[in-house]
Amino acid sequence: MHDDQKTLEPNESVHMTDSATTGVNTEGGPPKMTARHVDVFYGDKQAINDVSIDVNMDSVTAFIGPSGCGKSTFLRCMNRMNDTIPIARVTGDITLEGEDIYAPKMDVVQLRARVGMVFQKPNPFPKSIYDNIAYGPRIHGLATGKEELDEIVESSLQRAGLWGEVKDRLQDSGTALSGGQQQRLCIARAIAVDPEVILMDEPCSALDPIATAKIEELIHELRGKYAIVIVTHNMQQAARVSQKTAFFHLGTLVEYGETTDIFTNPREEKTRDYITGRYG
Amino acid sequence: MTGATLLFLIIGLGLVAWFFGRLKAAGMQSGGKHSRSALHSLPNYHGWYVALWAILPAAIFLAVWSFASPALITDAALTSPAAAQLPQDAFARAAILSEARAIASGNQVNAFNPLSQSMVEPYRDAIAYYQMIGAVAALLMVFACGVYAWLQIKPDLRARTKIERVTMLVLLLASLIAIVTTVGIFLSLVFETARFFSMVSPIDFLFGTEWNPKAVAGPRGETGFGAIPLFWGTVFIGAIIAMIVAIPLGLMSAIYLTQYAPAKFRSWMKPILEVLAGVPTVVYGYFAALTVAPALRDFAVSIGISNASSESALAAGAVMGIMIIPFVSSMADDSIAAVPSAMRDGSLAMGATQSETIKKVLIPAALPGVVGGVLLAVSRAIGETMIVVMAAGLAANMTANPFSSVTTVTTQIVQLLTGDQEFDSPKTLAAFALGLVLFIVTLLLNLIALRVVKKYREAYE
Repeated sequence: MHDDQKTLEPNESVHMTDSATTGVNTEGGPPKMTARHVDVFYGDKQAINDVSIDVNMDSVTAFIGPSGCGKSTFLRCMNRMNDTIPIARVTGDITLEGEDIYAPKMDVVQLRARVGMVFQKPNPFPKSIYDNIAYGPRIHGLATGKEELDEIVESSLQRAGLWGEVKDRLQDSGTALSGGQQQRLCIARAIAVDPEVILMDEPCSALDPIATAKIEELIHELRGKYAIVIVTHNMQQAARVSQKTAFFHLGTLVEYGETTDIFTNPREEKTRDYITGRYG
Repeated sequence: MTGATLLFLIIGLGLVAWFFGRLKAAGMQSGGKHSRSALHSLPNYHGWYVALWAILPAAIFLAVWSFASPALITDAALTSPAAAQLPQDAFARAAILSEARAIASGNQVNAFNPLSQSMVEPYRDAIAYYQMIGAVAALLMVFACGVYAWLQIKPDLRARTKIERVTMLVLLLASLIAIVTTVGIFLSLVFETARFFSMVSPIDFLFGTEWNPKAVAGPRGETGFGAIPLFWGTVFIGAIIAMIVAIPLGLMSAIYLTQYAPAKFRSWMKPILEVLAGVPTVVYGYFAALTVAPALRDFAVSIGISNASSESALAAGAVMGIMIIPFVSSMADDSIAAVPSAMRDGSLAMGATQSETIKKVLIPAALPGVVGGVLLAVSRAIGETMIVVMAAGLAANMTANPFSSVTTVTTQIVQLLTGDQEFDSPKTLAAFALGLVLFIVTLLLNLIALRVVKKYREAYE
């Protein structure tokens, strides 16, 4: 349910000081994305309860928490993927560079081009590697000719660290790659439309440790070029790849802060319990 | 005692056997109310064990007896003094005997041939005698087997295991019947076709272009059994015109239902479409012959096609296409719904619109399933009879003009077999050859379609 009194202007965020239970950042430049008092309902069931958070350009933000805590649900609000679920309802404000992404004038197609997403299970299209990468640029008309498209495909694959492995077989099916390669292909596919934010929903949960290490390395390299938000239930992974960590529990944001603080000196009892493995 | 009475009697005895078997087993159940029973199986299973032993051997015996006894009866009847007057000619003899038997068993009232009348009495005696033997033997078997099984009941008798095995065998038998029948039909087609090909060359049949079947060969040895015009007509109506109607409409309806329709609309629209697949084709036939065909002819004439037929290929094909829509739609619906939602989400998350996602991701991913569905639909369309019999013509034209009349394999089969026919003329036997071709083609289409669908299912599992 939406409570008008709770609504804040995104600009107010800078002046907020209570950053223990909200994810509002108090330092640095303006945040890339902000969320204020977001509630999500699936039918009558409330999945997210009053979450406020800022996502910065220069850091990787990790969402951690036990299964069913709403971290993926919240992530899917950030590029409006919850729109595809008829019974889902989102209230509150989420902005991208100060623009309300749920405003009627916001085109969801353009929003998703700016906020890309990588899913839990690698989901390459049953097309060639080339066509997988070229998919986004084609539908958004990013390339004017074949050469330009080739360039986008090559640079995206290079940035995803996959070029060396697939450059000789661009016409092979994307589904013929290994799981880890498929996931990097999906990251390359997301990069190809030159997004500002990349959302990753447990991108390594279906991968083996070596493939996981490669994805984590890739996240390091992509940091700074894109604002990255990663949902993970692997706490070591959150500690390794992120600079900011948000801990979700039962649909609420329990704690948000520097990753090092969260893991070494959490403010909340619940966070400490989760980090030390008492539940989750 | 008639067969039906005997059968009911045996079943009744089986119930009695069930009761006694259960009773004996229940008596062996020792211990208190809640202690573990000493019996391996529940008393019910013992009851069934005895009942099945009582019924099954006797039933099998009766089945065999009903096949064996006619020959024994005839032999017995022939030993009677009346049989001496019978003619020596085998054909006349058989006719008289079958007439006498029909009268004796009450299927016929009066004899056509006076000689038959004299044979009725010996027949009646023989039938009564052998029926009595069969009934007595069956009842003895019921008792013997029932008592045997009853004596078998001991606490450690694995009655449940045995009942399970019998259940399995019954189910196996049921599944075999369909297959065996199909094989039988196929073999009968093959034999009749072989007879046909001993009269008409297979080359003339399969590659000839003149269809004008005659019982006797014409002056230049031509028989008019060139089936190419029929094959063409079948393909033209069933695989071309019907599919031009059914594929786009079926596919679009499937896309709407899976991707756009609200859940509520889909939940009643899909069953309705599936019910449409069960509308008797004769109803579609009326529609084609009485409504669509005249309208199309008038339309064709109005745009200047003067030779338009009122039995046009277009009318039959279009109505058949409409009949096939639910089929195509349902198969396409299933394949589109089977594309993992991750694929759809992936595309939407790239900023693709819904229609771009459908066009560029869902349809290509679902294509093998859709193709499989279309092949099944084609195989149904080319085997479809009623619509074409009513709406398509009989003239075997080789034409691609949809307003003219063409004929199909199924129409011609009906045509060849309608009315009084001799079963040894090539004209009648040609129907079997056509049937065999149709059978093989639809079988192959189904085989390919199922393979395609299966392969594609595996890709996402």
